[in-house]
Amino acid sequence: MVLPHHLRVLAGVSGEVRLDVPAPVTQRRVLDALEVRHPQLRGTVRHPETLLRRPFVRFYACELDLSHDGPDEPLPAEVAEGREALHVVGAVAGG
Amino acid sequence: MTAVRLLIGTQKGAFTATADATRREWTLAGPLFRGWEVYHIAGSPADPDRLYASQSTGWFGQIVQRSDDGGSTWRPVSNDFSYDGEPGTHQWYDGTPHPWEFARVWHLEPSLADPDTVLAGVEDAALFRTTDGGGSWHELSGLRTHRSSPSWMPGAGGMAVHTILVHPSDPGRMHVAISAAGVFRTDDGGATWTPANRGLRSQGIPNEDAEVGHCVHRVARHPSRPDTLFMQKHWDVMRSDDGGDSWVEVSGDLPTDFGFPIAVHDHEPETVYVVPITSDSEHYVPEGRLRVYRSRTGGHEWEPLTDGLPQRDCYVNVLRDAMAVDSLDPCGLYFGTTGGQVYASADGGDRWSAVVRDLPRVLSVEVQALP
Repeated sequence: MVLPHHLRVLAGVSGEVRLDVPAPVTQRRVLDALEVRHPQLRGTVRHPETLLRRPFVRFYACELDLSHDGPDEPLPAEVAEGREALHVVGAVAGG
Repeated sequence: MTAVRLLIGTQKGAFTATADATRREWTLAGPLFRGWEVYHIAGSPADPDRLYASQSTGWFGQIVQRSDDGGSTWRPVSNDFSYDGEPGTHQWYDGTPHPWEFARVWHLEPSLADPDTVLAGVEDAALFRTTDGGGSWHELSGLRTHRSSPSWMPGAGGMAVHTILVHPSDPGRMHVAISAAGVFRTDDGGATWTPANRGLRSQGIPNEDAEVGHCVHRVARHPSRPDTLFMQKHWDVMRSDDGGDSWVEVSGDLPTDFGFPIAVHDHEPETVYVVPITSDSEHYVPEGRLRVYRSRTGGHEWEPLTDGLPQRDCYVNVLRDAMAVDSLDPCGLYFGTTGGQVYASADGGDRWSAVVRDLPRVLSVEVQALP
């Protein structure tokens, strides 16, 4: 995963975050693993109760916008196999 | 006390400023939580090194940070503010039912006696408490489930618990203020609540004298007189001498009685401070002049305090949580503006000087007296 600046600072990481996620590799499972590894990120990418993607956060990988894919849809094989990163991007909205 | 520390929350991070007891030369540190809105930072009266900060953005939600060393280092603690049970609905701006949704922590109120106990006032209006230093938060749901709550409506900035006043000798007794529902009081630690708005009058709501629905901006009191409350409302400065059972207007000769913060002198329970702004439509000080107003009579008669404050070309506001008083003698006052300035007075408001001038929009100011 590649996290946006604020979440990298919050998690105390730089560069990519590599996670071990059992198959099938889905948005839900990747975020579950992220929040286990970095509990301070709970609630920052997805709503803490509904587990839905926060409105100003988007997911991209393999030149695709995956933001509107369901949380349980398998991610591209390149992401599941660690060859491409899942990018978590904060919307470029004002303020 | 040998020093003071200001805790400054801004639109784009937090800052601390420290000075010795003269309160003349300040050392600024920050920004902390760079780029995030910091609605409030508060220190524990029981342990001045224990600090809590509300850090949030519309992008990534709410973080609560805790420091055990006076702000040198911080760590995130729990950000789980789950409402008890099915949260239900309140009124939306258009009068339709709207689901209760947590947005952010507006105000943190550490316990007088225990650094691990903190109350949190949140948007959408609710009250939470931690007793384990932020490890977990639990709702005092008696407030949100008050019979009137389905009728509560947001103010322009959101529907939030922004003021929490705990009785100085009985932590089971509290007052909270909600925009835009009004003041509520509990005598049983938050299990049950009673509206405390009789005497408030708000033009523009269907019933001007309603039990709830008033946009209370801020409430303050002196600890030696816990039943005497001062309120800055959406128009009107008010006073109660019976714990909120009844309110009377004390706006008196203020140039305008619209504003947000209100504070009480630490040694003079009848000395009150407000920062009037032009109107509900023009949120900046009147006539381009930044003036703090002081009443030494508990209201009615007010004097402008201007020495050291800009008296031309100044169009800033002071937000409700951005004014604080210290416990030193003489009493010090502090406030931060939407223009990014923080001002200090070491003599009860007679003279002011800038602590810092060019911060992001200041959301909150608190002060600690340090041993």
